[in-house]
Amino acid sequence: MRTLAAASLALVALVALAAPVLAPNDPGETFRAFLYAPPMRPHVVAADGTWHWPFVHPLRLVSRLEQRYDEDPGRSVPLQFFAGGKLARLADDRDGPWLPLGADREGRDLLSRLLFGARTSLGVAVLATLAAILIGATAGGLAGYRGGLVDEAIMRLAEFVLVLPAVYVVLALRAALPLVLPSWAVFSLMAGIFALVGWPWVARAVRAVVATERTKDYAAAAVSLGASRARVLFGHLLPACRGLVGAQAILLLPSFILAEATLSYVGLGFPDTVPSWGSMLHQASDVNVIAEFPWMLAPAAAIFAVTLAANLVIERSSRTV
Amino acid sequence: MVRYLGRRVIAAAVLVAVVSSGALLLTRLAPGDFASELFGTGVSAGSMAQERARYGLDRPIASQYLEWLGRAARLDFGVSIVYHRPVVELVRQRAANTAILALAALLLATAMGLPAGIVTGSRRRGALASVIRGLSVVLLSLPSLITSLVLVMVAARTGWLPTGGMQSAGAWDAGTLSGLADLARHLPLPALAIALPLAAMIERVQSQSLGEVMAMPFALSTLARGVPRRRLVWRDALRPSIGPVASTYGFVLGGLLSGSFVVEVVTAWPGLGRLMYDALRARDLYLVAGCAAAGSVFLALGSLLSDLVSAWADPRVRQRQAGGAPGAAE
Repeated sequence: MRTLAAASLALVALVALAAPVLAPNDPGETFRAFLYAPPMRPHVVAADGTWHWPFVHPLRLVSRLEQRYDEDPGRSVPLQFFAGGKLARLADDRDGPWLPLGADREGRDLLSRLLFGARTSLGVAVLATLAAILIGATAGGLAGYRGGLVDEAIMRLAEFVLVLPAVYVVLALRAALPLVLPSWAVFSLMAGIFALVGWPWVARAVRAVVATERTKDYAAAAVSLGASRARVLFGHLLPACRGLVGAQAILLLPSFILAEATLSYVGLGFPDTVPSWGSMLHQASDVNVIAEFPWMLAPAAAIFAVTLAANLVIERSSRTV
Repeated sequence: MVRYLGRRVIAAAVLVAVVSSGALLLTRLAPGDFASELFGTGVSAGSMAQERARYGLDRPIASQYLEWLGRAARLDFGVSIVYHRPVVELVRQRAANTAILALAALLLATAMGLPAGIVTGSRRRGALASVIRGLSVVLLSLPSLITSLVLVMVAARTGWLPTGGMQSAGAWDAGTLSGLADLARHLPLPALAIALPLAAMIERVQSQSLGEVMAMPFALSTLARGVPRRRLVWRDALRPSIGPVASTYGFVLGGLLSGSFVVEVVTAWPGLGRLMYDALRARDLYLVAGCAAAGSVFLALGSLLSDLVSAWADPRVRQRQAGGAPGAAE
């Protein structure tokens, strides 16, 4: 189970990297004739029961008022694999594009946006996790190694941050900064804010390990061999925290993905032009949209899948049964 | 005990002061203010300056802050710039709504999580325990944002429950009873969205803690004396195992507030979270500070409550608290 979960996490990362090849359409391309189009499943069995090369039925508009479409069983377009730089695409898109997960308000392909959005969402989360580990390990290491007043000051600060409801801190920090920024600035800003909220978790764990490790013989040996304080801390004590820091990283990653989604959902994150799981969910803020076009919740399913995989990876260490 | 409570009240006051001051200063120092948010809506520069002067935004930060602090100490948090109403009045009403939601969610989460944790903590194997464990991982991976969106979708498609809001128009006019009944129809969806991930967390903590107690020598000797397992769990092991869950409550409250923000936005629940969000967007700094103060009061109350429950469950904690040793409470 654990290996499977770890493998699926790796798969998600791979999918995000390979987005340009896997996405059947350009994530920004708007298909005006297919606003809120439903998912187009690939078929292998035709209406007469015979097997075929995978194909799709093109969509046709049933009601423009209600934005309802259905599949036209009379026509079928075969899929093409490994052609035109794409994993799969339609052999012929005169009858409209292939929208495997449907389309959004602007008529953009949801699957392509989901794949490119994974780059943004995972990118922010990974950057934030790395930054949180960097700050947390340094602060926690210093606190555990130096002890005394340094320890007291750092850990009090960490506890204070931990007590605050994270969402509000993130909201307040984000709202205090200019709202309209270039997307790279939003990206690094978000990662920075998340790291500021996330580091105490790492610091607390690292401090506990370092505080016990430094009393052990190997640390004393390093000191008596004349190793500098920095060398003892960074060369000997911090490496002992590797496993713990790894577990923390896997815990932080999904919460940062969720934080991005929350910020963008309420309109303080990425703009609509930048595909991310949160900016995609933003379109689902309307009850009618969720009710009529449930495929708009696809990013929520993606967030759930990543979170579940992460939770399964650390399941054993979090449950001692 | 009195000394202990006194210390806690002082610590809570410090928390409230620090958080609300921080929120005020952050909003004040941020580029732009409520007047510049009005820019482009046809407001002239002269009336903008007038508006600024009216709310003291043209004065240096230090003097503005000190005046606010002096008033806040007397529980006067100023007037909201957007709503033109006293902050205290606005916050009181919204905080009550959030409290209703949070309390319902907490009760629901405890009612689901605690028994589930007792089941999984008291036995290693068994179909029921396995099902609960699996469900718990899934629920833990479904944050309130996703749960509330999915619940809203289900509610909208089936029409079983209202998809948003706290009351239907005119429900309270027909009398208190129909008003309450209406509230009871609006409450389950948002409360469940907050409670489900929380229940999974409570299940985990309780399961682990009960498992540890069941592995203690006293539990083993009780079993060896022939006391039935069921009786050991309910009579002897449950009480010493309740401490960790009780102490997570103080910590859960932060998560409860965070979760309630998302759910309030998704389901249009008129609570503190939405008010805070609107205030932040509009740079309504007195309202931001007021909301932050109310939120930190919630936090302080929660951690106090969780300490009291721990003390009730475990005499050792009581002694530590009375002796004034740091650690357990802080």
